[in-house]
Amino acid sequence: MLRLFEAIGGFFLYNVNQLGRLGIFLFVSLVSIFKPPYKVSPVIKQIYVIGSLSIFVILFTGAFTGMVLGLQGYNTLKKFGSEGLLGSAVALSLIRELGPVLAALMVTGRAGSAICAEIGIMRISEQIDALECMAIDPHKYIMAPKFLAAVISMPLLTAIFDVIGIFGGYAIGVGLLGANEGAFFSSMYKDVEFDDIYMGLVKSLVFGLLIVWICSAKGYFVHLERGGGFGAEGVSRVTTTAVVLSSVAILVFDYFLTSVLI
Amino acid sequence: MNARPVIQLIDVRKSFGSQEVLRGVNLSVVEGKTTVIVGGSGQGKSLILKHILGLVKPDSGQVLVYGKDLSRISGRELQEIRMNFGVLFQNAALFDSMTVYDNVALPLRERTRLSEEEIRRIVTEKLEMMDLEGSENKYPAQISGGMRKRVGLARALVLNPKIVFFDEPTTGLDVAKSNEIYRVFFRTQSILGYTAVIVSHDVPKILKLADYVALLHQGVIQDCLTPEEFQLSDNPVIKEYVETTMGAIYTSEILEEEDEKDRY
Ligand SMILES: Nc1ncnc2c1ncn2[C@@H]1O[C@H](COP(=O)(O)OP(=O)(O)OP(=O)(O)O)[C@@H](O)[C@H]1O
Ligand SMILES: [Mg+2]
Repeated sequence: MLRLFEAIGGFFLYNVNQLGRLGIFLFVSLVSIFKPPYKVSPVIKQIYVIGSLSIFVILFTGAFTGMVLGLQGYNTLKKFGSEGLLGSAVALSLIRELGPVLAALMVTGRAGSAICAEIGIMRISEQIDALECMAIDPHKYIMAPKFLAAVISMPLLTAIFDVIGIFGGYAIGVGLLGANEGAFFSSMYKDVEFDDIYMGLVKSLVFGLLIVWICSAKGYFVHLERGGGFGAEGVSRVTTTAVVLSSVAILVFDYFLTSVLI
Repeated sequence: MNARPVIQLIDVRKSFGSQEVLRGVNLSVVEGKTTVIVGGSGQGKSLILKHILGLVKPDSGQVLVYGKDLSRISGRELQEIRMNFGVLFQNAALFDSMTVYDNVALPLRERTRLSEEEIRRIVTEKLEMMDLEGSENKYPAQISGGMRKRVGLARALVLNPKIVFFDEPTTGLDVAKSNEIYRVFFRTQSILGYTAVIVSHDVPKILKLADYVALLHQGVIQDCLTPEEFQLSDNPVIKEYVETTMGAIYTSEILEEEDEKDRY
């Protein structure tokens, strides 16, 4: 019985501790962005790693998401005799919801895992200790460029996802199933407003932050993991957790952001 | 000792779980001198360095660097203290996705405003000093263990630090190379006048370089003595260490000399 309480207590203490750690980590990293020196080349490199390298997967998933929306949307709307709204249905669901969320999930899988593994390996091979001993702030040197790059790349990737998705929906709805082309675009122009774009933008920014935050912090604190974060296995375990946790966080934050912004 | 201590450990204790590693370590490191920490494997020598570097906090006791208690100062103050450090880790801890050149250049790029040309000059000079010409564009995974150590040394010395910490600088090097490294230490120290803390298993050779030798045994610094005193110490633990590492011949030679002196 006592052991049960001990286990529960330990579990809560660990998680409260971890939450505090993650919070401080985010704060320190964000503050370090504003400390001089300001260097552009590391940020560009990270934009390449997080953004450019994700473009292909974003194009691919965006196209198929739009296509399936075209397919489903056309058949559903047809039942109500309102195929004319297909354009706005596809565009709104992509811009407000699916674009930011799916793009973020894709980036988590592609770049988030890479960030976590990279930083985790730096931690276990004492490279982060070495940085600290050289009086180089790891937050400034490693994390700040990643945060900046995520905030710059995520909205752009989301925009690409949205545009490709809309064309995918267009290709299936208009090209394959024969919905009216004029109605597709005119309903879209009429119904998509700045608020929708704004919502998508805010979401993509927040998701970008979430991904880098969770993935880099998990890697950074791999040595403090419960049950021991040792060596290659520790890094692999923490990378898996980071990806799952980021994905869950994205969906949870999506709900709350929607309820605030709607 | 007229010189002031730059580093002081006062009754430092550290345990991991039930394992008591440091059981009240007291150590003073004198400015401008070389202090060598020796002792068996797994006794906690690297751990002492990590305490001084501020990477590990003691369970109790104090670690003072320039008179400041490392566990009571802010991150910024710690960073300021670390500006004076040059560190070689036991595993070298090179940045493994950067070339040898970039590894050595990193402190210059991040901490100074030197131009790339100037950085190139300094880095090339340090790499030459460590006999590493031609490996600039290799990655740490592509060079040998001994070479990695030397890259780590070049990186530690590149900013002309005031205090250097070398964790087993010559382990894994052949005799000629390690002699060369010792010559480099001697030369750079006489030019720069840095304080050195060296962990080494290379007894007796390291004693030539040392101003003070400290033996860590069973979680306690047995004594911190000059090399001569160390070899003649009455402390049974030090005596045994000296005998096992240098052989009975080494000590008896000195004893014979002493005996001869006594006779006259
Ligand atoms: N993070 C840690 N967690 C648990 N135990 C540790 C940790 N770091 C060091 N130890 C323990 O502390 C002891 C001393 O380790 P340390 O690396 O300082 O030894 P050392 O004297 O440098 O040995 P060597 O000469 O082989 O390098 C070891 O027994 C080790 O198991
Ligand atoms: Mg060691």
